[in-house]
Amino acid sequence: MISKRFARLFAAVITLATPIGAALAGHDEPSVTRQDWSFNGVLGKFDRAQLQRGYQVYSTVCANCHSTRLLSYHNLGQEGGPQFSKEAVEILASKVQVTDGPNEKGEMFQRPARPSDRFPPRFANEQLARLANNGALPPDLSVMAKARPAGPDYIYALLTGYKPAPADMKMTPGMYYNVAFPGHQIAMPPPLMDGVVPYTDGTKKTVDNYARDVSAYLMWAAEPKLEERHQVGVRIMLFLMVFAVIMFLAKRAVWSRMH
Amino acid sequence: MAHKSTYVPTSSFGKWIDARLPIPRLVYDQFGVFPMPRNLNYLWTFGGILTFMLAAQIATGIVLAMHYVPTAEGAFDSVEHIMRDVNWGWLLRYSHAVGASLFFLAAFIHTLRGLYYGSYKEPREVLWILGVLILLLMVATAFMGYSLVWGQMSFWAVTVITNLFSSLDSVVPGLGTKLVEWIWGGFSVGGPTLNRLYALHYLLPFVIAGVVVLHIWALHIPGSNNPAGVEVKSSRDVVPFHPYYTIKDGFAMVLFILLFAVLVFYAPNLLGHSDNYIPANPLVTPPHIVPEWYFLPFYAILRAIPSKLFGVIALVASIGILFFVPWLDTSKVRSTAYRPVYRWFFWAFVLTCFALGYLGSQAPEGWYLILGRVFTFYYFAFFLVVMPVLGRIEKLRALPDSIADSMSRGKKRTAKPAKQLEAV
Repeated sequence: MISKRFARLFAAVITLATPIGAALAGHDEPSVTRQDWSFNGVLGKFDRAQLQRGYQVYSTVCANCHSTRLLSYHNLGQEGGPQFSKEAVEILASKVQVTDGPNEKGEMFQRPARPSDRFPPRFANEQLARLANNGALPPDLSVMAKARPAGPDYIYALLTGYKPAPADMKMTPGMYYNVAFPGHQIAMPPPLMDGVVPYTDGTKKTVDNYARDVSAYLMWAAEPKLEERHQVGVRIMLFLMVFAVIMFLAKRAVWSRMH
Repeated sequence: MAHKSTYVPTSSFGKWIDARLPIPRLVYDQFGVFPMPRNLNYLWTFGGILTFMLAAQIATGIVLAMHYVPTAEGAFDSVEHIMRDVNWGWLLRYSHAVGASLFFLAAFIHTLRGLYYGSYKEPREVLWILGVLILLLMVATAFMGYSLVWGQMSFWAVTVITNLFSSLDSVVPGLGTKLVEWIWGGFSVGGPTLNRLYALHYLLPFVIAGVVVLHIWALHIPGSNNPAGVEVKSSRDVVPFHPYYTIKDGFAMVLFILLFAVLVFYAPNLLGHSDNYIPANPLVTPPHIVPEWYFLPFYAILRAIPSKLFGVIALVASIGILFFVPWLDTSKVRSTAYRPVYRWFFWAFVLTCFALGYLGSQAPEGWYLILGRVFTFYYFAFFLVVMPVLGRIEKLRALPDSIADSMSRGKKRTAKPAKQLEAV
């Protein structure tokens, strides 16, 4: 009787924790729908080709304004990520100029990035970033996929959420209407257009694909150990389930001695 | 319960150490043959689970501390460094963060179990008080630990909570402000604040461990309470701790770790707030500052009171009142199972805690505020009115003569319908 009550209490805790978690996640969360990501689920993995395309979208479009300061170029070749080859990582890095120094003359200088370099900041400081972006600050994208409720779903919804503003909505000049953005007015101009990123693997060059690929890429950027976590998790869960059965049988055997 | 030692050292080393520092005797007496009521249900396994959680938090925490940088500039990035570059860093950090949540889940169940079965009643008052002290220390430790991430929620939670002390300004003008500046180590929450929170976050778990030792000591003098709430009367009522409860606690612990693992590996950020992945920014206030889920009921109580000072007093009292429960409850019996009326009030109290938890996550406006006040009222009325009054007037169900009797009674009750079936 007591254990039943306990089970009920426990169930109540779990069912209540979910809406509380959802409530915690934020209030103004308009029109973000769950997407069917390859990394969802117990054995979910990133889609390598998708991450590679996502990096392409990131580097040709997003990186014009946004930084990803927590990533290094060598991360692009790591297991569980886009897994570009060693040579590809070196080439991708070398396309970017980073500031190094001071040299023996005491001067800072520009050089092509190496795989060990962090992704460089897009703007020298916040003031410059705001100046270049109509007063708005493009946020760093390193952990963006974890820094918003519904993470990658939100990023996808945002990138595909630009619509003409409803007639009754007063828009602030220089702002854009977006169905996914809290408050619906966003300073970022629609960043994606069909065809702007030249995919070479046959994937259709549509806004929808760009948005989906770059959202997956940003999820990897925020959670580079996701695959490892899922893989270790499965093994630990299986072990614990077997262990639990053994413990249950042992418990029953020990207690049956008592009369 | 305290019992005569029956330990007989066999080896020569055993005899040698027994005459000098009798740790084997202590382990044998207290964890081997220690007599336990035989009718404990699974709610009694949470003591062991909590001990495990404390050890797990300390173990993961010490390794995290080796990589963490307690400065305003370095804290957020060092956490991400742990997630990205430290071997198994993601596992350590997610285990520590989820572990804090599950530590509280277990502590709340453990506390409610004590409340339901009257485990605070004579002769276990000191045991209970030490438990409440541990809960308070846990609250302080968890709050400080959450601040170390130095995300937006960390920063603003510290700002809101430390600012509570400024309510003392309404008692002695200037006192609160001075106190808050002293806590901050400056004129706002900043690097010095983070540094001292880190130092204390590292210290308090060891204080908790010390009080846990006292808690277990105080437990082993009268022995465990039990679901029937009647004292142990004969050897028929007890079984030795090992193997009966080592195996039962062990089984429950594996199930608990299973839940822990599901969260760590498949929903590590479910119980956290996404805003805490935005680096702390003193210039931008998040639209809704909410604490971790385990603080939400207390947060709702704080915000239900219109005056800041009395809100803070209510907040402190919401846990502090537990210290007085052994004397607030006037009932002669321990177990709520034998208190047919009190039982309803007890479950209403549990419901109140859930309701306050939900309300704590919502903005305190309109109906939410009114409901927050209603539930806050009941939260305190449960302790201050129901416990003292109902204990005197309630008609009790008949208590069993002994633990063994309570168990055979339970068997008889379930056996009856079976007999009727046979008759049919």
